[in-house]
Amino acid sequence: MPQKTMVEALNLALDQSMAADDRVCVMGQDIAINGGVFRVTKGLLEKYGETRVIDTPLAENGIIGTAVGMAIYGLNPVVEIQFSGFTMQAFDQIEQNMARIRNRSRGRYRASMVIRTPYGGGIRAVEHHSESREAYWAHTPGLKVVIPSGPRNARALLNAAIQDPDPVVFYEPKAVYRAFREDVPDEPETMTIGKANIVREGEDITLIAYGAMMRPVLEAAEDLVDIHHVNVEVIDLLSIKPMDTETLVESVTKTGRCVIVHEGPRTCGIAAEIIARLNEKAFEYLIAPVKRITGYDIHFPFFQVEQHYLPDPDTIIEAVKETMAYE
Amino acid sequence: MSSKTIETSATPPPVATNTPDAPIVETLSSKSSCDTPMTEKLIDLGEIQDISILNEDGEVNAALDPNLPKVELLKIHRAMVLTRKLDRRMLNMQRQGEMGTFAPGLGQEATQIGQIYPLQKNDWFSPSYRSFGAQLWRGWPIDQLLLLWDGFFEGFAPPEGVNDLPFSIVVGSHVPLATGIAMGMRNRNDESFVLVNFGDGAFSQGIIAESMNFAVVYKSPIVFVVENNGYAISTKSECQAGIAELARRGPGFGIPSVRVDGNDILAMIVASQRAADHARSGKGPFLIEAVTYRMSLHTTADDPKVYRNDDEVEAWEAKCPIARFETYLKKKNLLDDAAIERIESECEQEVLDAREVFRKKAIAKPREVFDYMYENLPPELQEQQADYFAKLDRKGVE
Ligand SMILES: Cc1ncc(C[n+]2csc(CCOP(=O)(O)OP(=O)(O)O)c2C)c(N)n1
Ligand SMILES: [Mg+2]
Repeated sequence: MPQKTMVEALNLALDQSMAADDRVCVMGQDIAINGGVFRVTKGLLEKYGETRVIDTPLAENGIIGTAVGMAIYGLNPVVEIQFSGFTMQAFDQIEQNMARIRNRSRGRYRASMVIRTPYGGGIRAVEHHSESREAYWAHTPGLKVVIPSGPRNARALLNAAIQDPDPVVFYEPKAVYRAFREDVPDEPETMTIGKANIVREGEDITLIAYGAMMRPVLEAAEDLVDIHHVNVEVIDLLSIKPMDTETLVESVTKTGRCVIVHEGPRTCGIAAEIIARLNEKAFEYLIAPVKRITGYDIHFPFFQVEQHYLPDPDTIIEAVKETMAYE
Repeated sequence: MSSKTIETSATPPPVATNTPDAPIVETLSSKSSCDTPMTEKLIDLGEIQDISILNEDGEVNAALDPNLPKVELLKIHRAMVLTRKLDRRMLNMQRQGEMGTFAPGLGQEATQIGQIYPLQKNDWFSPSYRSFGAQLWRGWPIDQLLLLWDGFFEGFAPPEGVNDLPFSIVVGSHVPLATGIAMGMRNRNDESFVLVNFGDGAFSQGIIAESMNFAVVYKSPIVFVVENNGYAISTKSECQAGIAELARRGPGFGIPSVRVDGNDILAMIVASQRAADHARSGKGPFLIEAVTYRMSLHTTADDPKVYRNDDEVEAWEAKCPIARFETYLKKKNLLDDAAIERIESECEQEVLDAREVFRKKAIAKPREVFDYMYENLPPELQEQQADYFAKLDRKGVE
């Protein structure tokens, strides 16, 4: 199987989706001739032309709003917002129209579209280029929110998002973009939005994460198993909304202990939601309080100190050991 | 070298309604009132001047030459040279791993220094990220700008006594703040004004339209400068907007506008001075479109070869704002090659000295990340801070 980076895998998903369905079009800033600032849309202009690979003016709210219009008309736009920090410019159209048009039109219209956008820290970027604000979109009724963690699931998840009849916010962990390669088959793969993936089975404790945080989590898991002899179960959430509560509950019912990791701010973050669901559905199985390792409730620090902000394997190991020690 | 006029309607040369004296808002609204007779007629949107004073060969249109005093001319020249030296040095440092991603301003020195020239200490400036020439003029120490671009948050803080905002990375997002400051000035009969700049790409952001409208509705003292440098990353200006002359947008809001050769420092100064006078005298906002070219990379993460060819860049090299100004100064016997060389090496030295200061100051302070979140850190955040400090302690980080 061909080995691909996440960037290449996403490119493959777009390419194959566009080849398979001429309603699929991509739009965003610098995505056509430049192939996107991260090159995810590279080569698409040459193949599909400028009516389907659309360089837009520098206006995120305009991009999303017009994409919703195109979707109402029957197209299937896959929008790129250059950095997730700039989805904030489009809060208006995401919340007011993209998320609502189906309900407002009582099902007559739908916004079958995807917002692809790189999120997260760790690339030594300037301000506004490192945020993780998936909780905003998870909090918005009408949206789906998914976050892949590696090349193969990125490709499958993007296919699923494009085929989904409803609007999907597709967060791409930019720290993973070129971090490693994985086998990605040529034949199209998809996956069910709303299903988590048990990456590693274990009995002692459940570790839940998604996106770029899967890497420090898996690194920590290795040490926990090898050095600390803790048999961890690791779950990659993949879909933030809808969330695979069943898989999470099943796992924690088995282990009785849980640590959740995300890089976004703590208050009202995704971990808070997971804890609430475990509280509702697995309370009597919990042996220890569920811990969360998250970003802090501060603005993402400038890059000279960002490594201290981001959850790291040591901090995760500490949290697991503390949770294991709880009686 | 001319002051030609862009017509904004199909009428025969109209009487300018957007001259500084005309009450723009009233004029437009009276024309659109609904008791007009049942006829078809044209609405006069006025005219926009396109100003060029110093051509590519350093020849000047004497009638338009602002005839600045010698000391001023030399000060301006030096500022442009210093801007370029810093720009080159930063690129060099970035390439050697001593600087983060940054946005070079090569070729836009006249646009930068020209727009900032009329500002006094009490005036305000809201810059975008490619404005360090103007920031230097305003009194930002070089070492601080280096800190900022190398990922130290403290580099963002405006120096004491400099009425500037931290520059904007989210394009356009800094423009309403500038309008708001100008509205404050208007409230307080403050005779200062605000300068705000943004790119041709940023001009597509809706918030800039909102900001221009507020400025004119409240007749606030603000000068908008759109730096039309041909590109927004890979997107050419012609793909960004349906009009080549972005200055045309001013009259639509009722804001008088000029278009300027942004590589012509004299034209930039004339336009900026005119705009500043307009704003200071209570007549409301003004828009300048500075036509220039981004000679270098969008940022150090960009590869322009993907989207533009070298011929285009070379053609603009001939329009270098510094070279043509030097020809002009030489003809005036204010400079010769030896003097230019001396100024260049002095500026280079100034940058190198600042780099030393920067190197001494470039110490990460991870314990400060909570310090400026609130006036008083709420207890729950104090708890998070304590957690964070414990993590630093565990890692042995100061
Ligand atoms: C709201 C927003 N969207 C996207 C970006 C990413 N971005 C940074 S600079 C830039 C192009 C800006 O072009 P322009 O306004 O013409 O200014 P220039 O870079 O040419 O000086 C883009 C798209 C951003 N910083 N802010
Ligand atoms: Mg530009």
